Amino acid sequence: MTATLPAQADAERKAHDRHDIGIGLPRWLWLPAVAAFTLVALPVVGLALEADWARMPELLLSESALTALRLSLETAGISTLLCVLFGGPLAAILARSRLPGLRVLRSLVLLPLVLPPVVGGLALLFTVGRTGLIGQALHLWFGITIPFTTAAVILAQTFVAMPFLVVSLEGALRTAGQRYEAVAATLGASAGLVFRRVTVPLVLPGLVSGAVLAFARAMGEFGATIAFAGSLEGTTRTLPLLVYLEREVDIDSAIALSLMIVVVSLLVIVVLRPRGAEGLR
Amino acid sequence: MRRMLGAVIAGLGLVLAACGGGSAGSDAAEGSGASDQTLTVFAAASLTETFTELGKRFETDHPGVTVRFNFAGSSNLAQQIVSGAPADVFASANTKQMGVVADKAMIVGEPQVFVTNRLQIAVAPGNPKGVASFADLAEPETTLVVCAPQVPCGSATQKVEQATGVDLKPVSEEPDVRSVLGKVISGNADAGLVYVTDVAAEKGKVDGVNFPEAEKAINDYPIGVVTSSKNQELATQFVELVRGEVGAKVLETAGFGTPAGS
Repeated sequence: MTATLPAQADAERKAHDRHDIGIGLPRWLWLPAVAAFTLVALPVVGLALEADWARMPELLLSESALTALRLSLETAGISTLLCVLFGGPLAAILARSRLPGLRVLRSLVLLPLVLPPVVGGLALLFTVGRTGLIGQALHLWFGITIPFTTAAVILAQTFVAMPFLVVSLEGALRTAGQRYEAVAATLGASAGLVFRRVTVPLVLPGLVSGAVLAFARAMGEFGATIAFAGSLEGTTRTLPLLVYLEREVDIDSAIALSLMIVVVSLLVIVVLRPRGAEGLR
Repeated sequence: MRRMLGAVIAGLGLVLAACGGGSAGSDAAEGSGASDQTLTVFAAASLTETFTELGKRFETDHPGVTVRFNFAGSSNLAQQIVSGAPADVFASANTKQMGVVADKAMIVGEPQVFVTNRLQIAVAPGNPKGVASFADLAEPETTLVVCAPQVPCGSATQKVEQATGVDLKPVSEEPDVRSVLGKVISGNADAGLVYVTDVAAEKGKVDGVNFPEAEKAINDYPIGVVTSSKNQELATQFVELVRGEVGAKVLETAGFGTPAGS
């Protein structure tokens, strides 16, 4: 029975196209779609059911929790800013320039997205760590050591969050096309003016969407941080690191903190992600 | 498309059949049908090397028996067993996590302490910073990494701090002993507080500095048979191997200490 369904759906879609009613969805899509949604949403429900709600205020208002929350928000905020400042121009170049080897470059930028974060952390450790490529020079010449500092947390988060911004923004730039820029240029606007007054406003929804995703990713960063920055209250122990540690002694506390991360991330995604960006990749 | 799915499912079935068939085949070879069993041992991560070796010996001594290991942090293992994971034997790196399981009456009899472990200072090979005592760790120019107080190695560190009155200022409190060791091996920390057995396992990459105050925080490793085990007899035999002469030799070589009582 199921074998005939795709063919049926195909026929239905063709019929729709012919009568110009718009493309309907084949009904069989619902089953895997609901399964996918359940897989994503159900564990959060499970987490909430397991929580000790009576102890919730005490657990969330503990000093270590508040310190971790503040550190997480600050570092994720700065990381997002860095992603926009540096990733934005990178996305523009990837989308618009005619550089040879752009495909290779694009794949490299995507690397943090597919790498296990702990691998990223180790890579950072062996580059900017005290014995690393750049780290050694920094340590010897300027007496600066990056690991175990808040700067290391920000660096780790920026590393893992960067592709989210670049991919979103590059997609927006490609979808927007260059017609308006071309018009502005023929009217005598300089490259800088066109970029500021035409390109940026056009892709703003894509930029905000990418920044929101980058922020959420930075908030959730664990592997690269623990491998590269370590874990010390007030300096490097962000919320995910505290959750991992609390799990050892007080599972209720770990669950409460996990729910806090879920709520903060949802708030950021739902409130800040612009409606218009939803269709964009 | 559907045919492909069918092929995939059939393939999966074959793989499963092959996995199941392996033991059935050996059973037929045995003839008696007495053996062909799997023993599942949940053991603390620090026991990985020693227990793997002991598991191999056990398999040699008991033809037809396969020993499967689940090595992880003791608190993880305790949570898993309490949640119903199928374990026959549980070996914990501290009495507290064994207590989590024993308190639910899920351990047969009293858990028995079979080895001890104590802290040692891990430094770069050759000890370039000249760390000689626990008090040296408090020197501001020594970049120190320790375990967080929430995990066993961290609570041992805290105990030594309290006993000596030395106030350590670590740059990081890591979630497990391996992360501490990693920071020392990579050269990002000058010193780390880890277990003797961890230093022994990374010989050549780090040196160990003993300090007498480590005696103030000896870690006991208890072992016990899980009540829900369907292989009680075999599980008891494995515990006997670990606690016996063979086990003692393997564990001692790795740097573990003998418990005070035995």
